[in-house]
Amino acid sequence: MAEYKQENIRNFCIIAHIDHGKSTLADRIIEMTGLLTQREMQEQVLDNMDLERERGITIKSQAVRTIYKAKDGQEYVFNLIDTPGHVDFNYEVSRSLAACDGAVLVVDAAQGIEAQTLANVYLALDHDLEVFPVINKIDLPSADPKRVIDEIEDVIGIEAEDAPQISAKNGINIEAVLEAIVEKIPAPEGDPDAPLKALIFDSIYDSYRGVIVFMRIMDGKVRRGMNIKMMATGAAFDVVEVGTFGAGRFNPCEELSAGMVGYLTASIKTVQDTRVGDTVTETARPCAEALPGYKKVLPMVYCGLYPADGAKYPDLRDALEKLQLNDASLSYEPETSVALGFGFRCGFLGLLHLEIIQERLEREYNLDLITTAPSVVYKIHKTDGQVIELTNPTNMPDPTSIEYMEEPVVDAQIMVTTEFIGPIMDLCQERRGIYQGMEYMEDTRALLKYKLPLNEIIYDFFDALKSRSRGYASFDYEMAGYMRSPLVKLDILVNREEVDALSFIVFEGTAYERARKMCEKLKEEIPRQLFEIPIQAAVGNRIIARETVKAMRKDVLAKCYGGDITRKRKLLEKQKEGKKRMRQVGTVEIPQKAFMSVLKLDSE
Amino acid sequence: MKKKDLGLYIHIPFCVRKCAYCDFVSFRASETVQNAYFRSLLQELGEYQILGNTYLIRTIYFGGGTPSIADPIQLMRILLLIRDHFLVAEDAEITIEVNPGTITRENLKAWKQIGINRLSIGLQSDYDELLKTLGRIHTYDDFLAGYKAARAAGFDNISVDLMYSLPGQTPEMWMNTIRNMTALGPDHISAYALSIEQGTPFAKKYGTPEGAALLPSEEEDRKMYHDACEYLKAAGYERYEISNFAKPGRYSRHNMIYWSMGDYLGLGVNASSYMNGRRFANPADLNEYRKAVPKLAARIKENEPQTKKAAMEEFMFLGLRRGCGVTVKEFSDAFGEEMEKKYGDVIRRLVRQKMLSFEDGRLTLTDAGIDVSNAVLAEFLL
Repeated sequence: MAEYKQENIRNFCIIAHIDHGKSTLADRIIEMTGLLTQREMQEQVLDNMDLERERGITIKSQAVRTIYKAKDGQEYVFNLIDTPGHVDFNYEVSRSLAACDGAVLVVDAAQGIEAQTLANVYLALDHDLEVFPVINKIDLPSADPKRVIDEIEDVIGIEAEDAPQISAKNGINIEAVLEAIVEKIPAPEGDPDAPLKALIFDSIYDSYRGVIVFMRIMDGKVRRGMNIKMMATGAAFDVVEVGTFGAGRFNPCEELSAGMVGYLTASIKTVQDTRVGDTVTETARPCAEALPGYKKVLPMVYCGLYPADGAKYPDLRDALEKLQLNDASLSYEPETSVALGFGFRCGFLGLLHLEIIQERLEREYNLDLITTAPSVVYKIHKTDGQVIELTNPTNMPDPTSIEYMEEPVVDAQIMVTTEFIGPIMDLCQERRGIYQGMEYMEDTRALLKYKLPLNEIIYDFFDALKSRSRGYASFDYEMAGYMRSPLVKLDILVNREEVDALSFIVFEGTAYERARKMCEKLKEEIPRQLFEIPIQAAVGNRIIARETVKAMRKDVLAKCYGGDITRKRKLLEKQKEGKKRMRQVGTVEIPQKAFMSVLKLDSE
Repeated sequence: MKKKDLGLYIHIPFCVRKCAYCDFVSFRASETVQNAYFRSLLQELGEYQILGNTYLIRTIYFGGGTPSIADPIQLMRILLLIRDHFLVAEDAEITIEVNPGTITRENLKAWKQIGINRLSIGLQSDYDELLKTLGRIHTYDDFLAGYKAARAAGFDNISVDLMYSLPGQTPEMWMNTIRNMTALGPDHISAYALSIEQGTPFAKKYGTPEGAALLPSEEEDRKMYHDACEYLKAAGYERYEISNFAKPGRYSRHNMIYWSMGDYLGLGVNASSYMNGRRFANPADLNEYRKAVPKLAARIKENEPQTKKAAMEEFMFLGLRRGCGVTVKEFSDAFGEEMEKKYGDVIRRLVRQKMLSFEDGRLTLTDAGIDVSNAVLAEFLL
């Protein structure tokens, strides 16, 4: 492999609002810079993905390295680093950005800047990245590049007059983007002879090679056989292989040096040892200090995961074990529920993370799951001075033994066009937000700052925000410690029996409202049965809401169907099958999805 | 050797016009198609002639479709061939389903002559506007004339089919119908609730939530059923099955075979059979049926017999539809196992919930249990 000097390397990412063409542009860049034809590239990528699939590692490539021969006659190495785009993974985004020297901002020529683009742009600017804009989809009839250019300059404050105007989809003017990457994004700096200092921005688990660590070399060199150390976790390993990212494949090489982006393997058994944001250094010649910004990501949201079929408990345990190999932020421990049997209490970065894990368990491991209502981590200060961290509402101690409770809060920043300031402030108010201030970004856009309890935003805050701003608000938050709050545990009784899996912690002031909605929701979810079923919500011994599922009135097959007994049987079997998807609590059958209904209390 | 009892079902899929709620295999057909079909029926019957050695025919049932539009000569050929191959009990019940719009003196005379001794007349309602909604081809007057003619022709075992829970029907209208019928005094009354079946014009019209609002409510539906049961009982009709009522001794013996796990052989397109512990059905497509005829008889020996588990389930969920329910003795006689062992817990729970009554070893559905019988019977699937 040819050696490339630092000044011929460009490490960058692409920032875009969803659907503005981020992946299409990435594909074009790979296609036009690599030596492969479009066809070959596809074949190779696909082949490799199949292999990856067989080995059970992440299919999506997190980074790709290509070579571009620029107009100045020189060859440049492009390292394109992908960034996740959700607030749950904010920390991962910030580490990916820290691995880059610049960012390409893709803006749709028709739609212009969207609120959600801004958070990422500011995040990139915070990391001192050189950001340059590209106007995409200029071949759309509704394209208005002039307006979009003005908008970029006004709102973001970066120069956009000579932004390349392209169509990633139709391959128009892509070369201008490539040239701009060469010209505008600075080459990496760093001393190849200094002690090794590399930033981990991602890692994946491969069942053959162990963990594959994705990193950006800041200083020094790393090569096969070197003994390396993770500065935060302290774990040490002998490097087995280093290399760069081809289009959908790993290309081993001799060494990686300062300014380069690549991977290493070192027979590492779990991603717990290779935390995103950690610094890799040489054990024998460590660097003086680790890179700034590392933090151990702690789960923010917990919920119970139970196999719908109790016999699948071991399968669920194995699946969680495997997922954790690849996901350091996932935590789990066994728990039992009277209603749901054996399962796990799992911790996640946020609701999206929860949903992703849930979907992977269901799809990749073929498990049918029941998820209980997500909960944040409450701190309970007991009268005896003990402090408990509560992740499962069922475990809440007797109220008489509690002196006070605390709940996690976040500092939220909401970007919104001025016409929606009112509705968004109302929303934050309803969610117990504490107003911290407002800044006008320009005439039509403002940044609202609120302190909000985390448990008010984990369910559906984002949806509510979007619906009340017609999609124009963007939202970002960071953890801001704990706040003392009057909180109570709300219990749900179905047919006078408490259903532990439905209990949740709620702000005292909204307990009545929540209880009422919960009962209404359950009334919808629980089908009529042979007898009347009261649904009650209680705080302690006090019933604060009640609904009734009336007894089934009619379910009879009057018709004769001749001697077609098979048809009758099918009908009854269907009925029985429906019951299988229910959980027996006492004498009542509760459908599995009812356990997740707390999630949707506010959806109209 | 004592012969086993057998019921024969013969499906005649032809109709003058298909009703808006009907999802049985039935259609209009030319005379040529009809004749070809009857040839297939005779051929199929021939395939089964060996059964004549082991079975005694107890009931014969011409169902449809509308068997009463068939040429009586064709029915006669079938009955003659049956008698060629089988011994038919002297008191065999031989039923034909009759559309009130197709009753003529000639037909009645012919049916009587060829040995048919029971008519099952599909009246459905005595309100002409409801008949129109249903897409029936006849009026109430057609029925009355036909009914009287049938009595005059000597038919002393007549059943009338009625439907309730119809769009536009009130409980009062329904009870008028019931009163009218009991005054007329057929030997047997079937009262079926309208059920909306997929793929029918009714499904389009009433299968949506808005459409369903045009139908009587569940409360009204149940009121119609309960009021009718009460009235019919007082008028001397016994509810011997969920939807069937009869004067003493006038049960449909053929239908009782279905609910009592007796053997029955279905001939014709889409007809179902239960023979020798095996359930099977003929193809629902006319051409496929015709082609399959030579191979159909083999199923009696070659098909996989139903499992003991399936037989137990059916014993329960079919038997419980009957007024007489099921007894623990019948169960242990049939399976050599105690009902308690298989169903003890289910039975106790359902008795506690007042869905079942269990007295002197006899298990029956209560009135409340009948209303939600699907849910109750589904509990008996093992």
